[in-house]
Amino acid sequence: MSASSTNAHGSVKSYVTGLVLSLILTIIPFAVVMSGALSTLATVVVVMVTAVLQILVQLVMFMHMSTKADEGWNMMSFVFTLTILVLVVGGSLWIMQHLHLNMMIG
Amino acid sequence: MFGKLTLESIPYHEPIIMVVAAFMAIGGIALFGLITYYRKWGWLWNEWFTSVDHKKLGIMYFIVALVMLLRGFSDAIMMRTQLAMAAGDAAGYLPPHHYDQIFTAHGVIMIFFVAMPMVIGLMNLVVPLQIGARDVAFPFLNNLSFWLFAVSAILVNISLVVGEFAATGWLAYAPLSGIEFSPGVGVDYWIWALQISGIGTTLTGINFFVTIIKMRTKGMTMFRMPIFTWTSLCANVLIIASFPILTATIALLTLDRYLGMHFFTNDFGGNMMMYVNLIWAWGHPEVYILILPAFGVFSEVIATFARKRLFGYATMVWATIAITLLSFIVWLHHFFTMGAGANVNAFFGIMTMIIAIPTGVKVFNWLFTMFRGSLELTSPVLWTLGFIITFTLGGMTGVMLAVPAANFVLHNSLFVIAHFHNVIIGGVVFGMMAGLTFWFPKAFGFTLSEKWGKRSFWCWFIGFYVAFMPLYVLAFFGAVRRMQSYPNTEWQPWMILAWVGAVIIMLGIVCTIIQFWVSIRDRKQNADVTGDPWDGRTLEWSTSSPAPFYNFARLPEVGDIDSFWSQKQRGSEQLEEAPYTDIHMPRNTVAGPVISFFALVIGFALVWHIWWLAGVGAVGVFISFMARVFNDDIDYYVPAAEVERIEREHQLKREQQLGVEAQA
Amino acid sequence: MATDTLHHGASAEPHEHHDAAGTKVFGFWVYLMSDLVIFGSLFATYAVLMKGTAAGPSAAEIFELPFVLVETFLLLFSSFTFGMGVLAMNAERLGQVKAWLAITFVLGAAFVGMEIYEFQHLIHEGYGPDKSAFLSSFFTLVGTHGLHVTFGLIWILVMLVQLSTKGLNDMTRPRILCLSLFWHFLDIVWICVFSFVYLMGVL
Repeated sequence: MSASSTNAHGSVKSYVTGLVLSLILTIIPFAVVMSGALSTLATVVVVMVTAVLQILVQLVMFMHMSTKADEGWNMMSFVFTLTILVLVVGGSLWIMQHLHLNMMIG
Repeated sequence: MFGKLTLESIPYHEPIIMVVAAFMAIGGIALFGLITYYRKWGWLWNEWFTSVDHKKLGIMYFIVALVMLLRGFSDAIMMRTQLAMAAGDAAGYLPPHHYDQIFTAHGVIMIFFVAMPMVIGLMNLVVPLQIGARDVAFPFLNNLSFWLFAVSAILVNISLVVGEFAATGWLAYAPLSGIEFSPGVGVDYWIWALQISGIGTTLTGINFFVTIIKMRTKGMTMFRMPIFTWTSLCANVLIIASFPILTATIALLTLDRYLGMHFFTNDFGGNMMMYVNLIWAWGHPEVYILILPAFGVFSEVIATFARKRLFGYATMVWATIAITLLSFIVWLHHFFTMGAGANVNAFFGIMTMIIAIPTGVKVFNWLFTMFRGSLELTSPVLWTLGFIITFTLGGMTGVMLAVPAANFVLHNSLFVIAHFHNVIIGGVVFGMMAGLTFWFPKAFGFTLSEKWGKRSFWCWFIGFYVAFMPLYVLAFFGAVRRMQSYPNTEWQPWMILAWVGAVIIMLGIVCTIIQFWVSIRDRKQNADVTGDPWDGRTLEWSTSSPAPFYNFARLPEVGDIDSFWSQKQRGSEQLEEAPYTDIHMPRNTVAGPVISFFALVIGFALVWHIWWLAGVGAVGVFISFMARVFNDDIDYYVPAAEVERIEREHQLKREQQLGVEAQA
Repeated sequence: MATDTLHHGASAEPHEHHDAAGTKVFGFWVYLMSDLVIFGSLFATYAVLMKGTAAGPSAAEIFELPFVLVETFLLLFSSFTFGMGVLAMNAERLGQVKAWLAITFVLGAAFVGMEIYEFQHLIHEGYGPDKSAFLSSFFTLVGTHGLHVTFGLIWILVMLVQLSTKGLNDMTRPRILCLSLFWHFLDIVWICVFSFVYLMGVL
């Protein structure tokens, strides 16, 4: 059935791989934060990098996002949404930070 | 039992509201009586309300939009009358609190309940036909979207007679819209009307995006799509990416008001500037959701009546895509004066000026399309020419506002009002009027009266300039927006001139009403039997007018831009006599109107804090949605023989008409 | 559309209704994109307001990471079990599909239960969402995710009923696929929640 086009890559192996990778990428940041072994900056970097990696793992292994599914439209819509989010969330934080500096400090 | 709702909630001590309510009641009862007398309820319910046919939904969007236009325009003329009177010591006839509600209602209605449904209605009517599809991707959702929109329009009108409407301005800035400064139900009406219709709009965006991506007919690659479809695609992308921001923002305001949270309050760490930031992160893309499809209409109209292929098709598409992206990085220009500082203001000012470039590209494309074409001055072309002049002017005042330093002077003045009416009337309204006239025969099978269409255009065109040019002048005298009266009597002549302009625009609306009446009366003479009254270029003109419910008896194949035009040039528009096949169609559904009715119940109950009723509404939504989900009988096949019968009948009518014309 | 489509699929115009199931799943994907923007707005709001504690507690004072780690594992394993359910569906094993969905439901319900406990605990301590802008934005962001999971749970129940009454067909199949996307999507949002709200919050 055509629905399989969205789901062509699923196999027990890929789901198990996805699960194991996700577990590792969850335990690392929790361990780093809870142990307090690294400096704050390094901790932030570890948390962000593992988060991004885990999101990618789940997008590819669980949600089967690829350049092939739906002629690339599902990947393209995700990349577009991500771009908009970066612009809007990043822009908002930039704007609000400046507003805070200019308007809130007495 | 009834929450905050008491008999005192009905403003019977306000004569103006009561008179309006009485007129609405009389009109409503008359309409109800007529439908009952002619026994049309069953027909309305079966053929229209439960219909999933995108063409009928498009028509219904337009009908609601035109009714709401009357309401929104009444607000406008009331404001202009007030300001023509209230100079010096005169107080005018509208008390401030009422005046505040009127300008709020005017903005909300004109954007959400006139401009949006017109744009979405036109997309409904045209897009599936232009891409050679039988329907949209999700026909039931399409019906649901319409009804969610329609019940929100009802909710806004309920606020007129039960309670009050917001008095905060159309975007309900916090903290003014918070519970501390707006304890009444006005803002709650605003919240739930926008929230319910916003869900409908988001569903429409998803629906049409998927339709255009997935349902194009054979051979129609992305770069063979008609420009109106392209601009609709980009508008829907903007809906999908920006309406959720509105939903989230209004939800946060709701939490502040209903659960005492502190997102946008003055105290407890809240930040009201975040509200302004978020609402405009939606608000600016919204402007382009409205204007992009209008650009598409003008492109189709110009190419058709100049009898030329659109100049620079590819640049038009890329300009549209560029605007789509850029529209997400200009929103701060709505609050330059809030204090983000020079760096931030400079960035957003420059981005705003940059967005004028792709728009300028489009203007030149239209001009070059007309150049050496044999332009026929029909009323859609008049609207287009009026648009090019007016919109360019509005664009230039927009670039002036985009200069942060100038913005500090112009901010909150009538200059802003004049600017956005300059682009919204000159762009969206003119565009929708052009589109309405252009595609009306495709919806109803007869053309609109050109005479009254042109009269309407001239009234709108002249009326616009008389009404809004004085506002630019007044702004330089220091007149601010949203004022109910003013001490400086020297402003009054300009205010009266603006009132005259509003009256001229009213004549334009009257002309449109007469245009409908005259055209329906003369529908036999104006019948379009060919399906192609304008010698059109795109697929929607290749099927009969009105288009059959299945759109195309045989799905067309496309080999080029303006494929239907080149087919006609080759003389092969008579399709080869392939046998008809069974056509797969979705069934009508009661789920849309029923779910939306319960959504209205929820909305009304939440406005008045009637919690049990909100619960009843929620259960109603769930049950009616489940009934839809568990229903397997949602589609059917039109037998080939039936298709053949319908097509034969149409052919016969066409030959008869051509015969009559030949004899004459 | 059930069986009718299959009969007509071959005889009717081949290009007519492209690929109904694929269109549904793609449409749902696009819906998820819009939902992502809702979460993006809530994250932005949280980031702006997280310092607005208004003399109330800060993030570091109220978050308990071991608790969050258990929640994370519940959601992660539920994502995996749903994936197994989809594989069972591709293999036409109706009984297994239902079993995996049921397991997913239990894991998801446990997650929601823990979240309700956390919220109740905070409110009991006097740290409700009306105490400060930080708490408002925290409760709203995490609560919106929890609300989504709750809708997912209801959806699983509905699908279990539909699988029992209708079995695997052209109607239920795309719905299971959409639900699986929804469920994995919520796991991804949770990654952002535990990373940016909880982990960064206690730094």
